[in-house]
Amino acid sequence: MSRLKILALLPLAAALSGCNYVVLAPAGDIAAQQRDLVIISTVLMLLIVVPVMALTVLFAWRYRQSNTSARYEPDWDHSTKLELVIWSAPLLIIICLGALTWMGTHLLDPYRTLGRIKAEQAVDQSKAPLEVDVVALDWKWLFIYPDYGIATVNDLAAPVDRPIKFRITASSVMNSFYIPALAGQIYAMPGMETKLHAVVNHPGTYKGFSANYSGAGFSGMHFNFQGLDDKGFDAWIASAKSAGGSLGRAEYLQLEKPSQNEPVRRYGTIDSDLYRLILNMCVETGKMCQSEMMAIDAKGGNGHEGLNNTLPLAYDKYARRGSPLGPEPTFVAGTCTPDAPQGKTTASITAPTDTAPLLGAGLRRPTFTPLKSSSFFLGQRPKSDS
Amino acid sequence: MSPDLLKLIFGRLGLESLPLHEPIVVGTFAVVALGGATLLAGLTYFRLWGYLWREWFTTVDHKRIGIMYMILGIVMLLRGFADALMMRGQQMLAFNGSEGYLNAHHYDQVFTAHGVIMIFFVAMPLVTGLMNYVVPLQIGARDVSFPFLNNFSFWMTVGGAVLVMASLFIGEFARTGWLAYPPLSNIGYSPDVGVDYYIWALQVAGVGTTLSGINLICTIVKLRCPGMTMMKMPVFTWTSLCTNILIVASFPVLTVVLALLSLDRYVGTNFFTNDFGGSPMMYVNLIWIWGHPEVYILVLPAFGVFSEVTSTFSGKRLFGYTSMVYATVVITILSYLVWLHHFFTMGSGASVNSFFGITTMIISIPTGAKMFNWLFTMYRGRIRYELPMLWTIAFMLTFVLGGMTGVLLAVPPADFVLHNSLFLIAHFHNVIIGGVVFGAFAGINYWFPKAFGFKLDVFWGKLSFWFWVVGFYLAFMPLYVLGLMGVTRRLRVFDDPSLQIWFVIAAIGAFLVFLGILCMLMQFAVSFLKREQLKDVTGDPWDARTLEWATSSPPPDYNFAFTPVVHDNDAWWDMKKRGYQRPLTGFRPIHMPSSTGTGIILAGFATAMGFGLIWYIWWLAAGSFIAMLVVGIGHTFNYHRDFDIPAEDVIRTEDARTKLLAGAK
Repeated sequence: MSRLKILALLPLAAALSGCNYVVLAPAGDIAAQQRDLVIISTVLMLLIVVPVMALTVLFAWRYRQSNTSARYEPDWDHSTKLELVIWSAPLLIIICLGALTWMGTHLLDPYRTLGRIKAEQAVDQSKAPLEVDVVALDWKWLFIYPDYGIATVNDLAAPVDRPIKFRITASSVMNSFYIPALAGQIYAMPGMETKLHAVVNHPGTYKGFSANYSGAGFSGMHFNFQGLDDKGFDAWIASAKSAGGSLGRAEYLQLEKPSQNEPVRRYGTIDSDLYRLILNMCVETGKMCQSEMMAIDAKGGNGHEGLNNTLPLAYDKYARRGSPLGPEPTFVAGTCTPDAPQGKTTASITAPTDTAPLLGAGLRRPTFTPLKSSSFFLGQRPKSDS
Repeated sequence: MSPDLLKLIFGRLGLESLPLHEPIVVGTFAVVALGGATLLAGLTYFRLWGYLWREWFTTVDHKRIGIMYMILGIVMLLRGFADALMMRGQQMLAFNGSEGYLNAHHYDQVFTAHGVIMIFFVAMPLVTGLMNYVVPLQIGARDVSFPFLNNFSFWMTVGGAVLVMASLFIGEFARTGWLAYPPLSNIGYSPDVGVDYYIWALQVAGVGTTLSGINLICTIVKLRCPGMTMMKMPVFTWTSLCTNILIVASFPVLTVVLALLSLDRYVGTNFFTNDFGGSPMMYVNLIWIWGHPEVYILVLPAFGVFSEVTSTFSGKRLFGYTSMVYATVVITILSYLVWLHHFFTMGSGASVNSFFGITTMIISIPTGAKMFNWLFTMYRGRIRYELPMLWTIAFMLTFVLGGMTGVLLAVPPADFVLHNSLFLIAHFHNVIIGGVVFGAFAGINYWFPKAFGFKLDVFWGKLSFWFWVVGFYLAFMPLYVLGLMGVTRRLRVFDDPSLQIWFVIAAIGAFLVFLGILCMLMQFAVSFLKREQLKDVTGDPWDARTLEWATSSPPPDYNFAFTPVVHDNDAWWDMKKRGYQRPLTGFRPIHMPSSTGTGIILAGFATAMGFGLIWYIWWLAAGSFIAMLVVGIGHTFNYHRDFDIPAEDVIRTEDARTKLLAGAK
């Protein structure tokens, strides 16, 4: 297999040396596996694409009008055997590719925890992964390190060979969080959280950026991602800590305003609740958090009274205009209920920490709880325990 | 005047809405205004207005409407391609600290407009035009089922194009990317008129497209001549049928999703907002439930063209007609089951992603079968390398590459690293230019002699062909490379100087394509001047196989003096083989639909309504809406819907043709 990969890479490497083909030569294990899949799929498809192209050229030349020595059968228009071949050849390739896709998609699901650091090294389960909370702002990236109590703008670092767990959201519009050298991208969306698990294997400085157009400052929305050894990472954290500066709710609201080509910034202390507030779109005081709304709604909602629990919105996200014919913009005011889902963790997909090749049994079956008929009729979903 | 009164009359339209601060736009406006004024003056001087109005604008003849669609598509191609050149220029220059020559406000409009125009106002009119012109002739019909509706559909498409063009000089276009994802396209983040132009241009044109889809389905289902069973229909008609089914099933989704977005923007609902339970993800799903079938709406007719061309120029029956038809139908159905592959990276679970990845790959099976069918049609044929066949060969070699990268992008983990990258841009231009555009050009070169009675010039045609093909490869192969370097789309400035060389190559390629377009225009001009030399009197210049070649070139208004009877799926070939004699006597009056100006008037009011809604000029919007109702209802009282072409006229036309044919021998 690896020999096949190298063979496929050879002509590419020869033709394109000197450039940085980061997608084909990444520094992280996840991106490397994705690269492998790109190459294997391409080779698999070339098995049929190359003969088709060759035949096209051959037939186009051979059966040209001036070549009267070639056979001419104007009424030959059917051959069951040939039909079988032309339908089954692509089918076979797609069966192989489909199987590969099913496996690869599950193994490289960005929500799945890592099972291995690199090809021959399983994850050490006793060590916690590095947690980073990512917020796409207009037009810069905010990275919060909850375990270290620091935050940075447009600057990301991680120790080599330690799994990283990203939780990703956005403040206003859709972006896509992408560090090609580390792992594939995932959208960053306001009021929602996406996840990405990855690991960097080689120290170095790599590019990260938004891969989904998000407005005027989009081109400048990039950052450097550094893979550091443990000592270097500790130094990096320490330098961020000593940078002073603190990121609380007020500072965040200031930072969130649209700005372009932002320089690197570091905050030595942060409001530890900030990421949750951003995710639930309630950094501004007085707004009800989405988690709280969902908790209220899950218990049946506030009914008609809930309609009145809004306040006029004077200033939100810096570009907001009311629609010409609609009511003035409002927001849902916070109430004094305990914020129920706080601290409740969502289900995660855990990978087995075993580097033996996966035979299909490695993917845990999702647990299945049969619906009770009564809950079905009441429209309630059973609580999942997975 | 008080500001309130001004606001009542002009909405939010003011002098500051005119982009006088953008020298590029002002220059363009000067050129367009000058050209437009010259054109209008010329029309007036040569007294052509009456002719245009009577013979073209108000016509319900499917052939003339088809030609007008093609003209619209080619005119809009010039606009869309100007945008492409601007983008390539900007990306080539914006290195080493240079900002290029376009600011973000302008550049972001340019790439949005490029996508919208190329899909909705170039590719769609080109394929609709071909279908409109060819389908009724291929099935031996006099016209489409609803000729007036056909005229109305065309003018609605023009109305949408007019709104897009207006946005260039009055206000601005959307700065959101061609699918206008919220929250960016919501009023909070795009408060200006750009997105409203986008919405109303597509809504107005979308009405036209949907109605034309209904019209063509009815035509194909109900108006086939005797003997033409479904499995004896020419493949182009089959692909047209499937395309129009796709249109009718998917365009309402686009209409609804844009309507929901406009509710968000105009009356403050929260379908796609961040708060109050709105979900931008729903918009992304809905727009791609329309958007993916749209790809097949464009490419299926092109597949039909290639089938006709390959079989004609190989002098051979199409290989595997039945499997070709089933492949088309399978693609039609599957195209509804793949939309999620446009956003694997939005956080769907692994099982959902792999489902949509695998359904996408399955589409490549019938597509591959089609490719083999064309291949084996060429096998043991006698291939004549006329222009349509050249485009077909270029298509076959180019499209397999695009198909391969498409299947690659359907593997979700591969998509995670290539999504939204220039690799993706290269892929879809690879299939849309290599498939749809090459198909449209093959079709234009193939059916031009049918429509105008003379062939297109070969020299300029070949020049255009080579510029296009070489230019395409130079323009898009570098983008594949850049995608593998992790370069994402829609960037305005770059900081890595090693990328620049690739953008320079791509810009050179785009310039070659530009020369290709100029050569094509030159080809039309030269062919017109040499029309006597290139004349075709037989009506069948290519020794072709389907019914449209049985009548004269250009066909008479009534298409066929007698409705043909079909015994084979290569109907005309079969007639020629059996020694078919054209009937020379016994002509009878022919019942035809009358022209009407209602279509253009209705579409004019619809466009005015769109303009009023865009600028919040409520009186204009309401007034135009009421006017549309009045004109529409008024038209129901118009009883002069049809007339008979007298038998003498038919005899005169047919005798003239008899003489021509005798002269040709």
